[in-house]
Amino acid sequence: MKLVKALLPIALAAFTATAGLAETMKMSVTTSFANSGLAEVLLPEIEKDTGITVELLVVGTGQALELGANGDVDTVLVHSRAAEEKWLAEGNGTHRREIMYNDFIVVGPAADPAGAHSAATAADAFAAIATAQAPFVSRGDDSGTHKAELKLWKAAGVEPTGDWYKAVGQGMGAALNTAAGLDAYIFSDRATWLSFENKAGLELLFEGDPALFNQYAYLPVSPTKYPHVKAAAAEQLEAWLTSDKAKELINGYQIAGQQLFNFNATSE
Amino acid sequence: MVAAILPLVLDEIVLRRQGRRILGPVSLNVEAGGITILMGPNGSGKTSLLRAMHGLERLSAGSLHWRVPEIETRARQAFVFQSPIVLRRSVVDNIAYPLILDGMSRKAARALAAARAEEVGLGELLGRPAQVISGGEKQKLALARALMREPEVLFLDEPCANLDPRAMRDIETILRKAADAGTKIVMSTHDSGQARRLAQDILFLCDGRVIEAAPSDAFFALPKTPEARAHINGDLLP
Amino acid sequence: MNDILLGLAEAARRVVTLDPDLVEITRLSMAVTLSATAIASLIGLPLGAWIAVHRFRARRLVIAILNALMGLPPVVVGLFVYVLFSRSGPLGVLGLLFTPTAMVIAQVIIITPIVASIAHQAVRDLWADYHDLLISLHASRWQRIGALLWDGRRALMTASLAGFGRAIGEVGAIMIVGGNIDHSTRVLTTAIALETGKGNFDLALALGFVLIALAVLVNLAIHYGTRTERSSRW
Repeated sequence: MKLVKALLPIALAAFTATAGLAETMKMSVTTSFANSGLAEVLLPEIEKDTGITVELLVVGTGQALELGANGDVDTVLVHSRAAEEKWLAEGNGTHRREIMYNDFIVVGPAADPAGAHSAATAADAFAAIATAQAPFVSRGDDSGTHKAELKLWKAAGVEPTGDWYKAVGQGMGAALNTAAGLDAYIFSDRATWLSFENKAGLELLFEGDPALFNQYAYLPVSPTKYPHVKAAAAEQLEAWLTSDKAKELINGYQIAGQQLFNFNATSE
Repeated sequence: MVAAILPLVLDEIVLRRQGRRILGPVSLNVEAGGITILMGPNGSGKTSLLRAMHGLERLSAGSLHWRVPEIETRARQAFVFQSPIVLRRSVVDNIAYPLILDGMSRKAARALAAARAEEVGLGELLGRPAQVISGGEKQKLALARALMREPEVLFLDEPCANLDPRAMRDIETILRKAADAGTKIVMSTHDSGQARRLAQDILFLCDGRVIEAAPSDAFFALPKTPEARAHINGDLLP
Repeated sequence: MNDILLGLAEAARRVVTLDPDLVEITRLSMAVTLSATAIASLIGLPLGAWIAVHRFRARRLVIAILNALMGLPPVVVGLFVYVLFSRSGPLGVLGLLFTPTAMVIAQVIIITPIVASIAHQAVRDLWADYHDLLISLHASRWQRIGALLWDGRRALMTASLAGFGRAIGEVGAIMIVGGNIDHSTRVLTTAIALETGKGNFDLALALGFVLIALAVLVNLAIHYGTRTERSSRW
């Protein structure tokens, strides 16, 4: 008890020490973006150029938009167009600005029992997996990646149900861990896959279909709805993210010699 | 010192627990001065009577009156339990505790407690955890602690049960001294020898009732009831 | 097995080199958990003692609620605190969401029932010993509680340490209310969850070893600091 009391002031001092000097703002982003490692390249540059410390809340797309809708972050960076537009229509944000895209891939056991590797399109690959009833791990968490996956099942004309379809309700990394453990197929974003370090017996089996492109958009939270949001900082950040410097850094970011993201912001 | 809270008057008090009468009806006066000893066989109600007088038991019937309102007597009476209750602290802190409760500073209370401990022969053990001292020492500690507020009445429930003769003598000496200083002592004992040595008055209990109340000399010379006679004789047989 | 060895090696390397990131998140873990433990103890210990000593009408109910709250999933507590402190919530204006303060609040809610419940059991046993004496000495209610808390301090320390143990390893609630923000609200447990998500098992394990070592060190420090070891013969 005495010791706890003695440590309390130290503990409280540690809190005050975390209060920064420069301006800080909060941005909710998807796990796939944060896990790619791109954030660690961009954030220090943003701080250097604009003086803004961007604090990331790394969550699923659903929660990322929810945090914005509750006014708990200043801006949102996600990749799920339909959900974003619904969110904007509800008056939660000012506008939607496309920043960059990466792509999704189909990963699975090296032996590829469903033959996804030789499929012509992403939808065909999905159909092959369903036909083979090969184990498939789904995020199942209402994330942008999950929504993209469901769109492809629809395109393949398959209702994904049954023992082979395992919705884990977790983030990309956790889902990849599960797939590695089960030697199952999984739909992943390329960035998380490349930086994922527990690949076990899994391999990249299908890629390149334009249907797999994954557009990231920047959505500032509405200052009309929440006057406390840091709209000016959000604007500054948007300007930086669409700048030539951002283009250079985003296009130049590589993992294992592969480019992950394609900058495609248009100047206004 | 004249005990201002005495006499204590018991008027037809009864204790019932789980529907069973364990004490009473008992009516008696406890007058100031001297040592009154409760005798009687096991289960005759000695402990219950002492606890009732001290206010530890809820009365099922009857009433109990001090000379002053009961609330004013609380800190002016004390109780020593048959198996001593010691706080998990040092000997000196145990003895000082009643004074700490009264708001005295720790330092002053400890000084007085140390002096009291010296008197009862615990002077060497002041800093010892009270949990680890012997049974006789614990009983002395409980007695010293009970005397700290210089109570006007001190109740003791068989304070010498399970003690060796020497520890018993020590305790008897302390009690005599306290009585001489004006503290009224009311205690129970199984030991007729101890009763003879200490008592001015005897209360003899049987089956929850006081069946004989007499000065000590008269009681031991000529017990009036057959139960008391049997008790004393039984006790005297080897 | 290989992951575990790698984890141990990684933990050793980061501790030896005083890796700044490790130091930062460890410090915050300690700050949040010790604060929560201190606050939960200030509430839970007297509460447990009060319940042990006093017979009041709702006593059974309070004990039942405490025991039920011990089983409360941290995620639920996290959501509750989030909804409370969200900008659109009733306490949103305080701006406490995604701060260490919010994490402390969540942990206090999680561990206070544990501290109070263990304290209640410990004090109840001591009260059975002390009851007649304290009544006889005419100790007031607060004096009784004071004596029980002081003399029962070793058992109560155990109650506090149980709370500490639960808090330091907690991840569900503080992930939600803290947000696991790098350099701001990232602590050992949320960092472990993050690294596990990235498939970085050796780093996650390394952080896990640091967490265990920390918990052991705090327990030992408090035991020796309050000299409960020496007084264990009491």
